[in-house]
Amino acid sequence: MSDPTNSNLIFDKSRSGRRAFAQAPADAAVSAIPESMLRDDKPRLPEASELQTVRHFTRLSQMNFSIDTQFYPLGSCTMKYNPRACNALALLPEFAGRHPLAPSSHGQGFLSCMFELQEMLKDVTGMKGVSLTPMAGAQGEFAGVAMIKAYHEARGDHGRTEIICPDAAHGTNPATATMCGCAVREVPTGPEGDIDFDALKAAVGPQTAGIMLTNPSTLGVFERRIEEVADLVHEAGGLLYYDGANLNAILGKVRPGDMDFDVIHMNLHKTFSTPHGGGGPGSGAVGVNDRLLPFMPIPVVGSKEVGGETVYNWLSEADLPQSIGRLSGFMGNSGVLLRAYVYMRMLGRDGMERVSEYATLNANYLAARLRDAGFELAFPTRRASHEFIVTLRREAKSVNLTAMDIAKALLDKNYHAPTTYFPLLVPECLLIEPTETESKETLDNFVTAMIEIVTAAKQGTEFKDAPYTLPVRRLDDVKAARQLDLAYRPEET
Amino acid sequence: MPFIPHTEKDTREMLETIGADSIADLFDEIPRELMIEQLAHVPEAMNEMEIARLMRQRAKMDGSPMCFIGAGAYEHHIPTAVWDIATRGEFYSAYTPYQAEASQGTLQVIYEYQTMITELTGLDVSNASLYDGASALAEASLMAVRANRRVKTGRILLAPGVNPVYEQVAAAIAGAQGLAFERLPQDASTGNIDFSQLPEDKEPVAVVVQQPSFVGTLEDVDRLTDWARAEGALLISIVNPTSLALLKPPGQWGEEGADIAIGEGQPLGVPMSSGGPYFGFMTCKQKHVRQMPGRIVGRTTDLDGNPGFALTLQAREQHIRRSKATSNICTNQGLMVTAATIYMSLLGYEGLKSVAHTSQANTTLLIDGLCGIEGVDRLYDGPFFHEVALKLDRSVAPILAALADRDILGGLDITSVVGTDALLVCATETKTAADIEAYVAAFAVVMSGDSA
Repeated sequence: MSDPTNSNLIFDKSRSGRRAFAQAPADAAVSAIPESMLRDDKPRLPEASELQTVRHFTRLSQMNFSIDTQFYPLGSCTMKYNPRACNALALLPEFAGRHPLAPSSHGQGFLSCMFELQEMLKDVTGMKGVSLTPMAGAQGEFAGVAMIKAYHEARGDHGRTEIICPDAAHGTNPATATMCGCAVREVPTGPEGDIDFDALKAAVGPQTAGIMLTNPSTLGVFERRIEEVADLVHEAGGLLYYDGANLNAILGKVRPGDMDFDVIHMNLHKTFSTPHGGGGPGSGAVGVNDRLLPFMPIPVVGSKEVGGETVYNWLSEADLPQSIGRLSGFMGNSGVLLRAYVYMRMLGRDGMERVSEYATLNANYLAARLRDAGFELAFPTRRASHEFIVTLRREAKSVNLTAMDIAKALLDKNYHAPTTYFPLLVPECLLIEPTETESKETLDNFVTAMIEIVTAAKQGTEFKDAPYTLPVRRLDDVKAARQLDLAYRPEET
Repeated sequence: MPFIPHTEKDTREMLETIGADSIADLFDEIPRELMIEQLAHVPEAMNEMEIARLMRQRAKMDGSPMCFIGAGAYEHHIPTAVWDIATRGEFYSAYTPYQAEASQGTLQVIYEYQTMITELTGLDVSNASLYDGASALAEASLMAVRANRRVKTGRILLAPGVNPVYEQVAAAIAGAQGLAFERLPQDASTGNIDFSQLPEDKEPVAVVVQQPSFVGTLEDVDRLTDWARAEGALLISIVNPTSLALLKPPGQWGEEGADIAIGEGQPLGVPMSSGGPYFGFMTCKQKHVRQMPGRIVGRTTDLDGNPGFALTLQAREQHIRRSKATSNICTNQGLMVTAATIYMSLLGYEGLKSVAHTSQANTTLLIDGLCGIEGVDRLYDGPFFHEVALKLDRSVAPILAALADRDILGGLDITSVVGTDALLVCATETKTAADIEAYVAAFAVVMSGDSA
């Protein structure tokens, strides 16, 4: 299956006997392992020099778009600048080299950062407790719904098996509910982007375990009747789950706890600028109110006074006997948490507020410029939050320019594409999130690029085959799925 | 304003375009009573110089002790080039490779990673990674239920040597979907599975074995794999990737090999960093690929017929299937996988083998030294890789505390796991003969009660 033509894999550089000799110890004799337990074949790892390896992976890095090299207006993903200091300081040798099971006598520095991070996250979310252990947003969601279930069960309220999700919700929400053993009930969205309140009224009942909401929603608008929604769900005996994907929009302005949410997960890789890393690591800390405090996932960092000094330690099963348990082998993505800590300390109290202010300013400015240039906004009567939706349903019909086409055409103009075809209920949509770290010039240039593409389309240019200038052209996804080639196997060529 | 580029003039002009008087106006759809004045518990901002000073002070508090703890996270030499390249902005600040044409670097790295990790484990296909080793067991268990539909019990049998934390995590994550985890009987003298006591009526959907076991022993994995097959169960193996340069890979266990291999990827170039971020790897036989959770990268061709890479089999995933997805997972640990791929390229099989051999030799040296001290003995006989359980004639905690006072992390107290006073020690290739000698000498002093 593997086609060696034009292949430029690290394996193509392999020559028997070659390697990066400075990187491994001298070989040593192994004792007392029976022959039957030993490996007798030779796995084909690369056999390349250090320079070849460095050059290969440096070249690969140059085939990526990234925040450091391109504007990345990817809605719902909050692709803001990742300050370099956060990475460097999280990788200080003592932090990077600390074993996860090292005693707290050799961890007061790390643990104090984690404790203070918990406190800051409690403050910005308005919650009573924070557990940092979930390793990504989806795991934070899992922890949240698992806590909701544990709460009902602890009260002997066993009939609550349903989780309500708006039809605009992220795919992880319904997937999470299923993982937690709950059924999913979808509720529709009204014409202005708020949840359909009457439909919600009809959906809640004694079977409702809770509702999962993003606010501002994935449609880029604030849920205006959130207080009524909260009352309705609470009166029915359900709890409210806040999907923190869009926390950047309200940081330092409104707090999920004040909106009466019972539990929230935060995406530290969005709001608190830890790296996306080409698809992870994420970090999905959860915050809870009083109701759910006993159920938080462990471990959590606690503090106590010993001889007039504050000493930090892990809280575990003994301290939180009703906990939903452990979600990772040790303590979640701790190095990511250190990066978030550094970022929050550099922003400080006032910087938090400025995040949402300038993220919102940038989104509303970009929306206004695009609207003025003739693009159709999906919710023209609404304020944009930190993101907004443009629909190309007109252009798709009149000049055969779809959301996919414009996304790929933007790549040729050196912009990463916005999120396309999500949320699913707006046709031919682009979900655009500029973030607060982009300058006015960048936004203006992006508008120019968008206008140029539409103008070209009106003059008959097709973008079905775009992009043209990237390392590859459009890829054959059907072939990828039908003729699975998931690993290089030279004998199969 | 840190990280915000707007000048006052920019802000003014932008508000004018929007038709708003102030930034506050942009929040006018939010009910007034919900807005807060100020955050009470976030301190004032620090600039980079100030935060750097603070973090260096904090780091110093953690120190740089000599570490002989393993138990799932291992100290190995990490070539400088690994993180130099992995933290290039083009890798570090890139998003998930959904726009394939703009993400060929990340996608090719994952394809190369999938190749290397399947070579190491001896299985056919790999995903792009999971969160960590422990959560990978939860995902593998759920996958086994999907892949082994004939068995309806939801029962997963764990070998006695499976890391107890892995079981806790798997139960916390997969328990809600009706999975139940039970332990196979243990032979108290070897620490391994007691094959004479294997249950007959359990109808397990999968059997899980960890090699080397949590307490450092090597199991008869061939025999267990064949037993699992005879019982109609899938065999899930938990393996240490470094050990696979030395030990028989899961794909070759028993008559037909393991069905699924998972493990903690941290030993492959990822710093210990208090527990994360790491990555969990997962490989399986070709026939199970459609039940695998997480992202998978495939090689295909572009419009010009040139090779290129794309995410594939996405119909399994949450952003397409929503409540019917194989998992809610939507990340892989991309940055860690990038590091591991560079690590494996630099080491190669020969390099990884000498890391494995040296770690085994160092651990042998260490336990020979420690077992020469009165009151110290091996808990289990038999072969090991780079970790060994030792029993003491007294409580372990005070001994480890006294060693920690000397800046030596002497191992992990496993008394509560094994039910007798015992600790788990590990010496990787990072330790010199002098380090090991120093540890043994300190241990002897502490055991003699002369802790002055």
